Amino acid sequence: MTPPQMKAPGSHLAGSAPRRAFPLRVADRRRDQIAHRLIGLAAFGTIASIILIFVFVGKEALPVLTSPEVHKEVTVGQMLEKVEPRPGKPKTFIWQPVSDVPKYALPPLVLGSLKATLVAILFATPLAVGAAMYSSEFAPRRAREFIKPVIEMLAGIPSVVLGFFALMVMADWLKVLFGWKYRLNATTAGVALGVAIIPVIYTVAEEALRAVPRQYREAALALGAGPWAAARRVVLPAAAPGILAAIALGFGRAIGETMIVLMASGNAALWTLSLSDSIRTMSATIAAELAEVVHDSAHYHVLFFIGALLFVVTFLVNLAGEVYVGRLKRRLSGIAG
Amino acid sequence: MMTPGGELPSVSGSLAVPARPLAHRARWRRWLSPLPLLTGALTVCVLALLVVILWNVTAGGVGRLTWEFLTTAPKEGMTAGGIFPAIFGTVFLVVLMTLAVIPLGVATAVYLRYYARPDSAFSRLVRVAVNNLAGVPSIVFGLFGLGFFVQFVGRGIDRSFFGGELTFAQPAIIWASLTLALLTLPVVIVATEEAMRAIPRDYLEASYSLGATRWQTISRVVLPNAMTGILTGGILAVSRGAGEVAPIMFTGAAYFLPYLPHKLNDQFMELGYHVYVMSTQSPDVEATLPILYSTVLVLLMLTFALNALAVLIRSRLRRRQVAS
Repeated sequence: MTPPQMKAPGSHLAGSAPRRAFPLRVADRRRDQIAHRLIGLAAFGTIASIILIFVFVGKEALPVLTSPEVHKEVTVGQMLEKVEPRPGKPKTFIWQPVSDVPKYALPPLVLGSLKATLVAILFATPLAVGAAMYSSEFAPRRAREFIKPVIEMLAGIPSVVLGFFALMVMADWLKVLFGWKYRLNATTAGVALGVAIIPVIYTVAEEALRAVPRQYREAALALGAGPWAAARRVVLPAAAPGILAAIALGFGRAIGETMIVLMASGNAALWTLSLSDSIRTMSATIAAELAEVVHDSAHYHVLFFIGALLFVVTFLVNLAGEVYVGRLKRRLSGIAG
Repeated sequence: MMTPGGELPSVSGSLAVPARPLAHRARWRRWLSPLPLLTGALTVCVLALLVVILWNVTAGGVGRLTWEFLTTAPKEGMTAGGIFPAIFGTVFLVVLMTLAVIPLGVATAVYLRYYARPDSAFSRLVRVAVNNLAGVPSIVFGLFGLGFFVQFVGRGIDRSFFGGELTFAQPAIIWASLTLALLTLPVVIVATEEAMRAIPRDYLEASYSLGATRWQTISRVVLPNAMTGILTGGILAVSRGAGEVAPIMFTGAAYFLPYLPHKLNDQFMELGYHVYVMSTQSPDVEATLPILYSTVLVLLMLTFALNALAVLIRSRLRRRQVAS
């Protein structure tokens, strides 16, 4: 689903109600006031909910930093430390929260999330930006009217369905294609994630390309450029910040996505850089373990801590993407008048 | 720009603006040059992805899709029987979600359009909140639902109304639906705002000039005229909510229940969660696979049908606006 882009409405009716020439009935005035208050309350509710999410996820994550109870089992320092898997073996990062000596090393989970997201971006960007370019620059109008809703249909596929497809079907195809030993790994999960973020990147990139003023293209054509030289040398550079923002939004979506990676990644927290090894992502770890965890245990708080990390990362990435898109639009509309 | 007989000196390596005699050549070049060809091929690849997924799911699932499958409960560890409880749970869930999200979303949209000054700090803050709500990962909604609704609100209700007895402080359909309502809130707000933008300002001026208050104008002029848009938003929200699994995993969805949910604090089975459970925790994958395929097909048909309906309503709305 694409993040909604909201514009200021600039309504002439916003602000104060019109002045009137005759008095109102008391009941009407009272109803008007009550409605005003309730509607304002609802609007405040949206602000409140984002604050509540922040507060309540943060509240359960905080004991990881402060609680002596939790520190008996794990500290932040230990979450970033290598340990010996067995005496004498080389040290590595281990995520093994359910064992006699629980181990909570975060680096493999972060690396897992990054690996899947990297594959997703590498897979989705050429396809999505290419399709966006085709439908905004080259496609006949009728083809465009067909392509856009169909790609948006892709956004309507629930992620659990994509996860199912990756797990049951795509993993076999990719295994044959690449000759892997194990079918569920960073690449399988990443490609499925890529399918999920294609519509996100496509929609925002297409919007950025179409926001490039017509004068740019006309000027390029008038100077003797062919239509595709105009697209490549003029339109694409002008829309580049918007396309970057599209990729950033795709990144934000991919790193938080849960069901696909939970089902198709193999769920093994390994500290390797290979894209054909199984991974365990931050989101999948929460999804897989939270249901079985004891309330208020160290493990419970560590899972919320991971959730808080995810929340902060996606919040910042989305904010950056949004600011970028907004600035680009203002700049281009300033030129086009 | 007519240059008789030919081409301008090349500026950037490519040829000149096509004059009329060259029109057909220009069209050829336009289609055979690398960039349109390349981007066209990439577009075909994206469309092919969709076709492959739909074809695979349909081919695998259509065989078992019978009336009996839709109306009976799973049997023998989900290797036989149907998915009725999951369908029932999904419908129950999205109905509760809709009841919560529509009033909240519509009121927020009304506030942004008819009450707030568009440049005021508060209305800008509301917009930032809505945009960010749309970007929060669904698993974080799940954590929030557990931490806030189940542990905090649920426990509060139990303490004050049930003498501390465990009633609402556990995963339940009400908490799952409220969590989903927050997740789908931006969808409803955006759709409602879009619908309200299309209401001609003459309507509002006519209403005000008759002496109506702002609330009377909103309830009798704005909302009836925005109804189609609100409906579209609701449908899109349902389609989105029906497909989300991560937010309901810890807030109310159950692996298997022998009864249908009938109270607000019951747990429930849900289609998406059912797909997840059957694909990852089935004791006998071979036996489950046909049922699993059909379940996926039902879920996909449900979300696609809702999306298509929303697109249809929206395009009719746009056509009417153009006409008026």
